[in-house]
Amino acid sequence: MGMTMMERILARRAGLASVAVGDTVTVDVDMTVLIDLQFSTMWLQPLRIADPDKVAIVMDHAVPAPTIKDAAGGPHARRFAAEFGISRFYDVGRHGICHQVVAENGLARPGEILACTDSHTCAGGAYNTAARGLGPAEVYSILCTGRTWFQVSPTIRYELLGEMPAGVSGKDVFLHVANEFGDATNLNLEYGGPGLASMPLHDRRTIATQGAELSADFSTFAHDDVLAAHFEALGVTDYQPSHADSDATYADVREIDLSTLVPYVARPGTVSRNGLPVTEIEPRKIDQAFIGSCANGQLDDLRIAAGVLRGKQVAAGVRLIVTPASQQVYRDALRLGYLQDIADAGGVVTNATCGACFGYHMGLVGPGEVCLTSSTRNFTGRMGSPEAEIYMASPATVAASAIAGRIVDAREGTAR
Amino acid sequence: MSNAPQADGLQVTGRVWVFGDGLTTDDMYPPDAMKLDIPEAAKQVFYNVRPGWTDQVGRGDIVVAGRNFGLGSSRPVAALLNQLGVAALIAEEFNSLFFRNAVNAGLPAMTVPDATSIFSDGDLAAIDLATGTWTNRTTQATGKVPPLPGLVLEIIAGGGILPRLAQQGYLPTDLVDILRSPAVAAAGQGSGA
Ligand code: SF4
Repeated sequence: MGMTMMERILARRAGLASVAVGDTVTVDVDMTVLIDLQFSTMWLQPLRIADPDKVAIVMDHAVPAPTIKDAAGGPHARRFAAEFGISRFYDVGRHGICHQVVAENGLARPGEILACTDSHTCAGGAYNTAARGLGPAEVYSILCTGRTWFQVSPTIRYELLGEMPAGVSGKDVFLHVANEFGDATNLNLEYGGPGLASMPLHDRRTIATQGAELSADFSTFAHDDVLAAHFEALGVTDYQPSHADSDATYADVREIDLSTLVPYVARPGTVSRNGLPVTEIEPRKIDQAFIGSCANGQLDDLRIAAGVLRGKQVAAGVRLIVTPASQQVYRDALRLGYLQDIADAGGVVTNATCGACFGYHMGLVGPGEVCLTSSTRNFTGRMGSPEAEIYMASPATVAASAIAGRIVDAREGTAR
Repeated sequence: MSNAPQADGLQVTGRVWVFGDGLTTDDMYPPDAMKLDIPEAAKQVFYNVRPGWTDQVGRGDIVVAGRNFGLGSSRPVAALLNQLGVAALIAEEFNSLFFRNAVNAGLPAMTVPDATSIFSDGDLAAIDLATGTWTNRTTQATGKVPPLPGLVLEIIAGGGILPRLAQQGYLPTDLVDILRSPAVAAAGQGSGA
């Protein structure tokens, strides 16, 4: 019987000819990524680990350290990296949000398995990788043993057709899917079809990343020419992509005609069945606008935001916070003038970190405030006070709304 | 039949607290709590959903939830629940990351469709993960769900994933017993997001 992309990867890394829904398999993990939070407070240095070449350490969530607890993690990470000879150590200065660093360095490779201590590790699915977030204890175990287990979940296939219109981004595709189909708890998501060819990699990353908000296990994109060119540019060629069999079994196949989509906005609380086209959303006044995170702090997101903001001014009473997803993105956006445009418009460009996205160490929202974010989560309390409201939209929508002072359709102005 | 709470690896009997659908990890482990040590952070579990609950829950109690329980981040929520004395989780549907976190911390978790209709606050529940049976000892309702894979049951019965690593020589063996406490175990290798 045919297998989905995900089933093929799991079978291969389990050393089996095939796997089927419901099977529990033990697999070899190709890359294990540890984040700074893993090292804070009571880190236990292991006696031995499986393979230092299959480990990366990324300082991202709380850097430069905002608390003593976080600061205490740094020396643990450095000592661990030095003692075990971990060369892929992205310390402060070479840092960035782990999923961005993973992408930039080609650590999520087609047909392979990647594990990381962050729930948005499914971002790696954009690269045809079986990537998912696991808890700190499990990642620690994989670090030691090089292996873990998965139960094979049923897969939903999204068949992409057509091309996205101007002014519509991956975020809008995701918000549409979330609104239309709701949660995918304990299911895998697979994206492919003829519409994929015209979808830029950064949009795929946004969609793959946010599989976490749908409660999906894995979200994986097909391997195609765009991906092949991306890895060639990175000098990565020795991989084996995973293709779905034509007779693979799916729990559901859903067609998305990209050409019919419009920008979407998710209302506060959840993205699941909780969105509206931007043209129908209530004209909400906003206090904070945020562009950043692993989903939408990519160079292209900053390019789009800068394009909207250039020559304009952020409305009085609105804070626009822009966080490049990595030091690399920061440097590129600096060179290309995007950061200048954003700052000239009255936006605050921050250090590359998770920061405001998880309401931990900057850019928090207060009681009664309204935030429009392009990050990953609009849960109650996610970005500060549980009495704040968090709406979610694309970087273009967030930038245009920062100028207007309320949620607006970027396409009316200088979209894209 | 004793009404005292008991937990024995894969079998747990305890008083239940019933919650609704779609509880996220931000509801249980808000960002501010991540700056605190486990005992302090535990006081913020369900801070917004059910304020004051952390003073009422007792050792051996069971949390019952609805659909999509634990959507969100990889924060080691199980450590906080353990700190509060929670002995098991029952939900109509678990987010898989949250479920794995429970398993890896040695916290028994069972998926029971319709759990929030079967149980009411204060009922005495008994679950046996090895057989997949559940009973509401207050109403006498009982049922059976497919048992978890043997490999998963072994991790839970062993008190989570870290004691195992110590037994296998990845961690100092003198830590084996200490690591059986999920709070220590989960804190031992830091946090996630
Ligand atoms: S940017 Fe936000 S969603 Fe992404 S890894 Fe950081 S905290 Fe998590």
